[in-house]
Amino acid sequence: MTDQRTEGAPVTGEVVRAPALEMRGITKHFPGVRANDGIDLEVRPGEIHALLGENGAGKSTLMNILYGLLAPDSGEVLLDGQVVGISGPSDAIARGIGMVHQHFMLVPVFTVAENIVLGNETMANPIFLDAHKADDRIRELARQLGFEIDPSAIVGDLSVGIQQRIEILKALYRGAKVLILDEPTAVLTPQETVEIFEVLKRLAAEGTSIVFISHKLYEVLEIADRITVIRRGKVVGQADPTTATEEDLAEMMVGREVSLVVDKGVATPGDVVLRAENVSVADDRGSVVVDSIAFEVRAGEILGIAGVAGNGQAELVEALTGLRRVASGRITLDDEDITNHSPRSLTERNVAYIPGDRQRFGLVLPYPVEDNLVLTDYHKAPYSRNGVIDERAISRRAAQLIPEFDIRTPSGAVPTSTLSGGNQQKLIVAREFSRPLRLLIADQPTRGIDVGSIEFIHKQIVAKRDAGTAVLLVSAELDEVLELSDRIAVIYRGRIVATVDGATAEKERIGLIMATGEATGPRVEGAA
Amino acid sequence: MTTERGATGGGMSVDPTTLLGTGGGLGRQVLVTSIAVLGGLLVGALLIILSGALQPGGTLDFGLPLVAYRALLDGALLCEEGFQDVGILCEEGGVLDLRALGNTLNASTPLIMTGLAVAFGFRAGLFNIGAQGQFLLGAFASTLIGANLVGVPFPAAAAIAILAGALGGALWGFIPGALKAWRGAHEVVTTIMLNFVAALSLRYLANGPFRDPGATFSRTPDIQPGAVLPTPIDGSPMHWGIVVAILVAVAVWFLLFKTTLGFEIRTVGANPHAARYAGIRPRLITILTMTLAGSMAGIGGAAEGLGITKNYPAEYGTSYGFDGIAVALLGRAHPIGVVGAALLFGVMRAGAGSMQRQTDIPIDIITIVQGMILLFVAAEVVIRRLLPAARARRVSAAAAA
Repeated sequence: MTDQRTEGAPVTGEVVRAPALEMRGITKHFPGVRANDGIDLEVRPGEIHALLGENGAGKSTLMNILYGLLAPDSGEVLLDGQVVGISGPSDAIARGIGMVHQHFMLVPVFTVAENIVLGNETMANPIFLDAHKADDRIRELARQLGFEIDPSAIVGDLSVGIQQRIEILKALYRGAKVLILDEPTAVLTPQETVEIFEVLKRLAAEGTSIVFISHKLYEVLEIADRITVIRRGKVVGQADPTTATEEDLAEMMVGREVSLVVDKGVATPGDVVLRAENVSVADDRGSVVVDSIAFEVRAGEILGIAGVAGNGQAELVEALTGLRRVASGRITLDDEDITNHSPRSLTERNVAYIPGDRQRFGLVLPYPVEDNLVLTDYHKAPYSRNGVIDERAISRRAAQLIPEFDIRTPSGAVPTSTLSGGNQQKLIVAREFSRPLRLLIADQPTRGIDVGSIEFIHKQIVAKRDAGTAVLLVSAELDEVLELSDRIAVIYRGRIVATVDGATAEKERIGLIMATGEATGPRVEGAA
Repeated sequence: MTTERGATGGGMSVDPTTLLGTGGGLGRQVLVTSIAVLGGLLVGALLIILSGALQPGGTLDFGLPLVAYRALLDGALLCEEGFQDVGILCEEGGVLDLRALGNTLNASTPLIMTGLAVAFGFRAGLFNIGAQGQFLLGAFASTLIGANLVGVPFPAAAAIAILAGALGGALWGFIPGALKAWRGAHEVVTTIMLNFVAALSLRYLANGPFRDPGATFSRTPDIQPGAVLPTPIDGSPMHWGIVVAILVAVAVWFLLFKTTLGFEIRTVGANPHAARYAGIRPRLITILTMTLAGSMAGIGGAAEGLGITKNYPAEYGTSYGFDGIAVALLGRAHPIGVVGAALLFGVMRAGAGSMQRQTDIPIDIITIVQGMILLFVAAEVVIRRLLPAARARRVSAAAAA
């Protein structure tokens, strides 16, 4: 798929046009960080150019400079060979730069057409909008990209994948020649990812230049014509997707050899630590989404729960961690009944929890890093004595944990919101792993973070297992479950439909059970 | 439950935490607040010029604002020439007028307390609009108890009466806190309603069952001498309330920023989900915060009742509770900021009369200035968002040059 378009690209030396976009020597400092350090980036017309880097490498800063949200300390931006000063998003749009943010900027109660024309409305007369004038053009634009869209549909009713296309249409409607996509697949299902890639390829074939920001290696290899890798604010190199491998890219990104395969020995399971007996849990609307589930996790083993998102995993984890009431059944920890115990009571029994939604549950974003590092321990000595907080003890703790867990932050006093996603996750891991652990519940422990951090967190989880901690891993990434788990339980519509040995599990089989809930065949040890 | 916030709020999706002005350090916050105050005074100056011109036979007098603001300061702080200044400082050639200063501090005292009541709620993510009702409960409870402490000497009687005021306010804070924690009722709605309940019930009580039969107008009996907050300085009307208020402000600062409970309160305010995860019980914190906030406004009511009114008048026309919202916002929901904002508002309140006497500018102009200051404080959020773009424009202009 890449070779088709590289023919027309200037690599062949036949057509040499000015790059659609060029950034030269972009440098941007933030207090304590050099976010961009002399970055050069060149995007040709009709090219899909991937910008690859770890979280915090400076990708977002660079794109915010391009979109006029930040001003560079030095360096220049050229569009079609002309130096331009971009003063803000509206200026960027006027110059033909479109941006699709990771979190969509759509008004859910407006129609597709209303969202697309927002800020660029056509008027029927000086007072009233012409709501439908744009409909035909929107349909036409969509058709060019190979899909149909109903301009009068309400955006809130549409799937995330469709909403993303609306964002793209919005940019094109305003005449975008350079389209920036910030981690566009982070919120998509695999099928939606395939579909959006088709759209992007058509768009590039029509002459639009695309900057594709990602840290997912296989995606970048699949979609990009060229890859620029940045690390710690600097361009470390270019890669050709036709020849580069995932390992090459990972090494460029992280700056050292990265093991994409989890290195772990055979588990030596001990006594049963966590036991769930016919546990049922209801969701917020009161319908039963975990339906008399039973399982055990032993000391020194990792039980992975595989399943398509939305099959009751989130509610199960919340019930196990004291955040949601168990409707019926019993949960025991080392044979002690802990059903409906409070989160505090579980923490005191050495249960640790890496929440799936780190910004919602795991962190208080405006707090300094060091306060978040004691978020589950703040009430105990030495951090609190007689009801008074000891700030120095908290700072000392942070000074110890930040290097130990490689949390990249200028200091322990900066707000946690300034850290990249990977470093926020490492902060949570540092906090939860630095106390005695009997049971670890890890819900999507590596969602949305870069390969370097993933490798680090996986190693830490395996190390905890080897030290005798019982680990319950819940993940929508089947690869992660397969790599880490000693046993795999497949959850389907709130029930565990199969339990499989991790060493011999086959990806396709598990995928099939996840999708259908049907478990048959010799590899299945037992079905609940 | 805190998670229902916003959902139950319906149209009132006020997130108090956005008003805290978390951006920038202390210096920047002081700077921005000072700009807001200056902005308010400038708009006030324009209104004073207009108001002067609109008076019968008035002209556009651009010097009038300076005269008016000088008169304001005269009334609030400074020694005035040719006016009956009292106090040693003025006689000895000083600049500060003890009598005026006393009035200013007395006006600031209830504002500090109601400001703290609102600010304390903000820190836990709660919008306590009920400081008015809590203040009235505090004034009523303290004066009623104070009137019955026959023969109890100062300071014991005053302390008991202040405690009664704190408890009265605490009750009026506990109710909305409990309704929110257990039933999910939004505190903005319940506290507004409870303000009416407090004002009207207490008016009835002061008019009926607890009316002082000997009084010419409807009010409760005067408090016993032991419960009166004395005025320790000769020639100054300042009573002990200001000392109580500043002590409480320091205590609130310590509670919020130095104690384990304060950490829990701020965590619930910043992220109730993470608070639950961390083992904090947000419902308990909600109830506790509202109760403590109510007690602060209640102490404000007690200070006013024991230091100024000495009884509870049935027609108690005061807006200290509502002004407390403004004070908390201007003070960035920080106890020290609240004290500063309350002192500023106290100056305006105490000096407004003098301004009207000297220049015929209506007192209402000062209320408008206070409103404008708040508007500028709120605008700061907007300005902060515009700043990066403005900076980018400057850079691009430099690049083009």
